[in-house]
Amino acid sequence: MSARSTTRWFAVRRELPPKTRFLMTIMSFLVPLILWSLISYVPWLWHPKVEISDPGDVSYFKQGMLVDSDLFDKESLKLEATDKTLPVGTPANPIYLPAPHEVAVAFYTAFTTEPKRRSEMWLHESLWNSIQVIFWGFVLSSIVGVPLGVMAGTYDFFARLFEPFVEFFRYLPAPAFGALAVAIMGIHDAPKIAIIFIGTFFQQVLVVSNTTRKLDASLLEAAQTLGANNKALLLKVVVPGILPDLYRDMRILLGWAWTYLIVAELIGASSGITWFITQQARYKNFDNVFAAIMMIGILGLTTDLILAALGKRIFPWERQTAGA
Amino acid sequence: MKHMLELPSYLDQDDEVRDRFTRLKQRPIALEVKSLGKTFDTPGGVVTALKDINFKTFKREFVCVIGPSGCGKSTLIRILAGLESPTSGEVLLDGAAVHGPGPDRGMVFQGYTLFPWLTVKRNVMFGLLQAGHSRESAEEDARQWIDLVGLTKFVDSYPHQLSGGMKQRVAIARALANQPRILLMDEPFGALDAQTRLKMQSYLMDIWKNIDITVLFITHDLDEAIYLADRILVLKAHPGEVQELIEVSVPQPRSPDQLLSPEFLATKKRLEELIHPPEEGDDINSDHMNMVRMVPVDHEVESVF
Repeated sequence: MSARSTTRWFAVRRELPPKTRFLMTIMSFLVPLILWSLISYVPWLWHPKVEISDPGDVSYFKQGMLVDSDLFDKESLKLEATDKTLPVGTPANPIYLPAPHEVAVAFYTAFTTEPKRRSEMWLHESLWNSIQVIFWGFVLSSIVGVPLGVMAGTYDFFARLFEPFVEFFRYLPAPAFGALAVAIMGIHDAPKIAIIFIGTFFQQVLVVSNTTRKLDASLLEAAQTLGANNKALLLKVVVPGILPDLYRDMRILLGWAWTYLIVAELIGASSGITWFITQQARYKNFDNVFAAIMMIGILGLTTDLILAALGKRIFPWERQTAGA
Repeated sequence: MKHMLELPSYLDQDDEVRDRFTRLKQRPIALEVKSLGKTFDTPGGVVTALKDINFKTFKREFVCVIGPSGCGKSTLIRILAGLESPTSGEVLLDGAAVHGPGPDRGMVFQGYTLFPWLTVKRNVMFGLLQAGHSRESAEEDARQWIDLVGLTKFVDSYPHQLSGGMKQRVAIARALANQPRILLMDEPFGALDAQTRLKMQSYLMDIWKNIDITVLFITHDLDEAIYLADRILVLKAHPGEVQELIEVSVPQPRSPDQLLSPEFLATKKRLEELIHPPEEGDDINSDHMNMVRMVPVDHEVESVF
């Protein structure tokens, strides 16, 4: 690579040209996929197992069995000496690493496969259940947490009153309250929502109060010289002033809420996408496990992209990056 | 030194100017500052930012405050605006003591303090709505003020779409819309480039001529102070005290070609003496660069002179 093109691709804190930027975005997903495909489809890369296609004269080998390649070699060597039929097999990866095409198929079949028992849910029902738990946990937390955070960021009184306790409480791991939540709220969705709430709320108060504090103090002073009273300072300056940053915080916090979902769904009656994942892992359907994990990723990323696009429409004054 | 201009004394005023100052001082008093003092408690001990400041401004007078850095000019204007409270003394506006910030003292800050989430129109309407005007009358007033600062085309623009000079014009319109009794300006053009600054100065002069407003303007730019002010309050630092209240002998109304007039230069010379006094020897010796000649042996230019 010539010096000039090096500086073009790796210029410090310079944006790449639009085409290259797009290419990089594609690559960011393509590179992991290519690595995954290489490991899955190139026989001499990794492949620590051997899938038996013909057991030969090894008594305990069965067709379709996965054995360590060391073991396979050892048994083959033993048989070679005795002139019996050698086992035949192809290099394979462990069961927990399905190939991309298997996961792709599972992506579709997971939705079309009927649940094994009557009481169990279809995948789309599980997913919908998870989304509802996240939604309610996050909304309830925000209804309480955002106002408290704004108050704490605006008035020292509330900061002193709330923040020490919140600081203490946020170190208590939300899952620790699982048993308690079940005891109080039963085994269905309520304790799960409670876990999401506990996981989100305390971080939320601190993050929001911090964001509120970052509002340019000179805006408050300007408003005061224009005759704004205490209430107007809060409602007409602080709140609109922090909205875009608050919105960004909420997007990040929503991501955190997803991480608590996995714990929440293991509490009480297992349900939702987590239940689906653990169940499929138990059946060793790792293609389904991978598909389900990716669904969470896709759901999360899509929500965030939609929220980001929405944010641009809601806050037209935030389009600073383009021009100035 | 050769070729130095022979300048008159900055105190010399022609009859017209003297007459104007006599009439000016007969106007009612707009702002009176009485033995104002401000100290800050810092970890290093008590720091006196302002000490025994006394001065008056008259109705529709344009006063500039100037001084070296650390003289407390910003503290002074913040106290006048009510954003900070004095340790001693008081501030009277039209004879009444002021406490806390209020719409009777409009303020324009150096940093553009326009609300980024409001359009130009809504920014100017902010104070009017706070004062209890109806939305319609506030909007009508706002349009007039925006028109006055020549930004009619930008009523619905957001601040980030405006240039620095335009932002400050909106800030001025926003402050004036409240019809304050005094306009406090804290180095409002400090962040603008030289050309925009000149333009803004003449805009401000035009506004001041046409509107019933007293202006107190802080700056560290000597030319700006002389060009704009009726009188210049010169502060000195550590502690901030009034050094002199200069009556600017340059005739009103002002225009850019007066920048080189003898009166202007005389006043500037006086300000230079006050703000950058010839320092005593030891100070200069303790703070200088260790310059040695560092040109290559085969350099092509013998001397820069």
